Amino acid sequence: MEHLHYRFTGGRKTRAAESRIVGVVASGNLEVLIEPAPLQGACTVDIDTAANGFGAVWEAVVADFFSRHPLADVRISINDNGATPAIVALRLDQAVEELAAAVPPEPRA
Amino acid sequence: MNSRSVAPRIWDAQMQGRRRRLERATARLGSGIAGKLVDTRAIVGLLEAVIEPGDRVCLEGNNQKQADFLAAALVRVNPALVHDLHIVQSVLALPEHLDVFEKGIATRLDFSFSGPQSARLAQLVSERRIAIGAIHTYLELFSRYFIDLTPAVALVAAQAADASGNLYTGPNTEDTPIIVEATAFKAGIVIAQVNEIVDVLPRVDIPADWVAFVVESPRPHAIEPLFTRDPARISEIQVLMAMMAIKGIYAEYGVQRLNHGIGFDTAAIELLLPTYAESLGLKGKICKHWALNPHPALIPAIEAGFAESIHSFGSELGMEKYIAARPDVFFTGPDGSLRSNRAFCQMAGHYACDLFIGSTLQIDLAGNSSTATMGRIAGFGGAPNMGSDARGRRHATGAWLQAGRETERRGDARRSMPRGRKLVVQMAETFREHMQPAFVEKLDAWALAESADLPLPPVMIYGDDVTHVLTEEGIANLLLCRDDDEREQAIRGVAGYTAVGLARDKRTVENLRDRGVIRRAEDLGIDKRMATRDLLAARSIKDLVRASAGLYDPPKRFRNW
Amino acid sequence: MIRSYYEATARERIDAILDARSFRELMPPTERVVSPHLQALSLPVAFDDGVVVGRGAIEGREVLIAAQEGGFMGGAVGEVHGAKIVGVLQRAIREHLPVVLLVESGGVRLQEANAGLIAVSEVMRAILAARSAGVPVVAAIGGQYGCFGGMGIAVSCSNAIVMSEEGRLGLSGPEVIETAHGVEEFDSHDRALVWRTVGGKHRYLLGDCMTIVDDEMVEFRGALAASIEAAGPLTLETVEAEHAKLSRRLERFGDATDGEDVWRALGWADPAVVPLADTDVFLTQARLLRAA
Repeated sequence: MEHLHYRFTGGRKTRAAESRIVGVVASGNLEVLIEPAPLQGACTVDIDTAANGFGAVWEAVVADFFSRHPLADVRISINDNGATPAIVALRLDQAVEELAAAVPPEPRA
Repeated sequence: MNSRSVAPRIWDAQMQGRRRRLERATARLGSGIAGKLVDTRAIVGLLEAVIEPGDRVCLEGNNQKQADFLAAALVRVNPALVHDLHIVQSVLALPEHLDVFEKGIATRLDFSFSGPQSARLAQLVSERRIAIGAIHTYLELFSRYFIDLTPAVALVAAQAADASGNLYTGPNTEDTPIIVEATAFKAGIVIAQVNEIVDVLPRVDIPADWVAFVVESPRPHAIEPLFTRDPARISEIQVLMAMMAIKGIYAEYGVQRLNHGIGFDTAAIELLLPTYAESLGLKGKICKHWALNPHPALIPAIEAGFAESIHSFGSELGMEKYIAARPDVFFTGPDGSLRSNRAFCQMAGHYACDLFIGSTLQIDLAGNSSTATMGRIAGFGGAPNMGSDARGRRHATGAWLQAGRETERRGDARRSMPRGRKLVVQMAETFREHMQPAFVEKLDAWALAESADLPLPPVMIYGDDVTHVLTEEGIANLLLCRDDDEREQAIRGVAGYTAVGLARDKRTVENLRDRGVIRRAEDLGIDKRMATRDLLAARSIKDLVRASAGLYDPPKRFRNW
Repeated sequence: MIRSYYEATARERIDAILDARSFRELMPPTERVVSPHLQALSLPVAFDDGVVVGRGAIEGREVLIAAQEGGFMGGAVGEVHGAKIVGVLQRAIREHLPVVLLVESGGVRLQEANAGLIAVSEVMRAILAARSAGVPVVAAIGGQYGCFGGMGIAVSCSNAIVMSEEGRLGLSGPEVIETAHGVEEFDSHDRALVWRTVGGKHRYLLGDCMTIVDDEMVEFRGALAASIEAAGPLTLETVEAEHAKLSRRLERFGDATDGEDVWRALGWADPAVVPLADTDVFLTQARLLRAA
């Protein structure tokens, strides 16, 4: 197992109040837990992966993810069981979408 | 005048040889032959009587159907009597197909595909127990049966025979007609194993005149449901790629006539026709005419009115009743059962289709693709026939002309003639299982060529024939690439996070995207969130059974109820 | 929203079976109570250890629920996983609420060795304790991994089981039987044979499950609600009746070597139609021709 950690800054805060989880830790798959968290504006991505030696690939995938979705004060935690980058990117995008659905409705004026 | 006399040339040696072989058979088997029907227990004796050392023998090993009884009998001949045979065979599927080499009964091989036996074949080659003449595509091998590889003896499989020796090959006719024609009309001897002898055949597929001997085998010949793909195993990524194929290529060029290389990716395309393609208003505009085996994933597209006609290389186990109930779509005899024909379907795939799409294991920077892996000699099968530009083609269709127009011409524009072009699409997820990259700098085929002593690296689809590369990252249109560097970057630009993809020149790739040479899902107007399994017209084998109104009868291994 | 129970994840099943927005997860992934055993073995963990537990409502009735995720290690039960299920069963006694178990499991998680074995036994005990306290415990089986091993025993301790025909319920898995006794005895690749032996329709005809439903979330939901309604108490009488039923089964079908033999003995003139019939057609006949 390998543990990887990435940290980004300069993103936009989410209004989501609750965490969300997508995916299943099946062979060739992964789960992504996305949580609002007080991180001084940062977005962190922590990965525990069964596939060792792919740090460069993870770095590129996660960097591209952040340029698609520049988030702030969000913690992303991943349990990976050998998913390909295509599936990782898919789940990350799905996680962000689910989080967007966790935004409480605007208070009535 | 020269006083020495010259011996007159004999012009019917083959015919004389045939008579000798038949006489030996009669002498050896006696009452074991009645007309053309041979006693099941006398089969080894027949083979020993009829086959001579050094003969070229064609054993019917097809994709689906196997002359397994005759293969097992050939393994049992006395190697002192029958040896050094030259085997010409489409597919090496059964252990017996290689046992004959281990025993010295055969020493030389010309073939097309060896999927199930590819590792053992490589082993025997490295031990110098087999000398490979050449590895062919199906159509090449069939062609050579008429030029320089004509069999002296053909061992084939049929569903049934009548007392005269007429054969019914039924849905899995496959390679039989072409093997038999080449053999029978060059004084060869055709021996057919059949599942049963009947009074009246449903129809005559091979006339008795062409057949020398018929033997009833104790068990029906083996047939594999080779092309059945369970929709339950189609992934979301494959759905996304299928959407891109439909919107980015099929709709773009108006592809009406096509062949799909078998796989889950293409099954996903077929299962998206009644849903996604329908929603895009594409019914009647794409996918009318197919060169394809009648596998069950096609059922929803047929029922929805997309697929109007299908010609097949072979049949598919479990589809018999469905095919018989859809005679407007399939090629069926007056008896109602399918008539497949590998040679004609390959021809159709080569000349009468405007698109081939298939997946592969490895693609290099020039777009060459290969399924070759170390330690296996698998061969080619039929894909190169479909997956190549048909340079002999002359008739025009919209798709063919459009692809031809897009082809950037190299060299002197004044001298080049306008041509059409077949669409040849290679589909691949950038990473395969266990994070194996599909995109590589150098194909494993090179190393295999060296280790197996092959004259050329075994390439399935050549880069010059490929028009599009399709991955989960998008479509690279190689037609629009002006030179080899652009082609390389176009491929890198869809190679995702593989080492090949990460080494892309970002500026060039952006430029290619601006020009439409590379198109991503967003550029095609595809919402990736729609790429779920819910978009599939059938998500399980059971769904396919339902779509066929119960006519499809899946083989046991595909049931989950 | 996903309609097929078979294809759905544990979370999707909970989402579809419980009333909208009624689910409150207990020990959610954010608490990260993962398996220490898998970590020690350098194997990937899941934040919920492969089982989602919590409370919600079905057709207005408040329930506690546990849904196993077959995709994670085949739904196998480890220490944390088992403890979460036992926890809801114990809470059910305190709060007097029915328990719904969406089961999908190969049984004990062998990687966790004794801890896994204990976990499954604890689940069995907890189910019986809940039932003794008058809490209905109902289960659904309809996923691709089926319900085998110790969970096959555990689920048989519940009030009622709802199955789809795709579902499978057994003790030893088909591959295990083939490995132990040879392919002549049991060919695990003969899927039709597997389903004749442990599949939903066969279990229904044997009387092991309460009903068969189509592979649709709405069908599972309705049947689970009905099974809660119909749940009776666990008494000495019910246990004795169960034993009598099992003895009768052995007498009637002990010589059968195939599911079809059992169905023939039950009065099916043409047993071959059983696997092929649609659910509603099957049930019409099966209600009369089954071992009650």
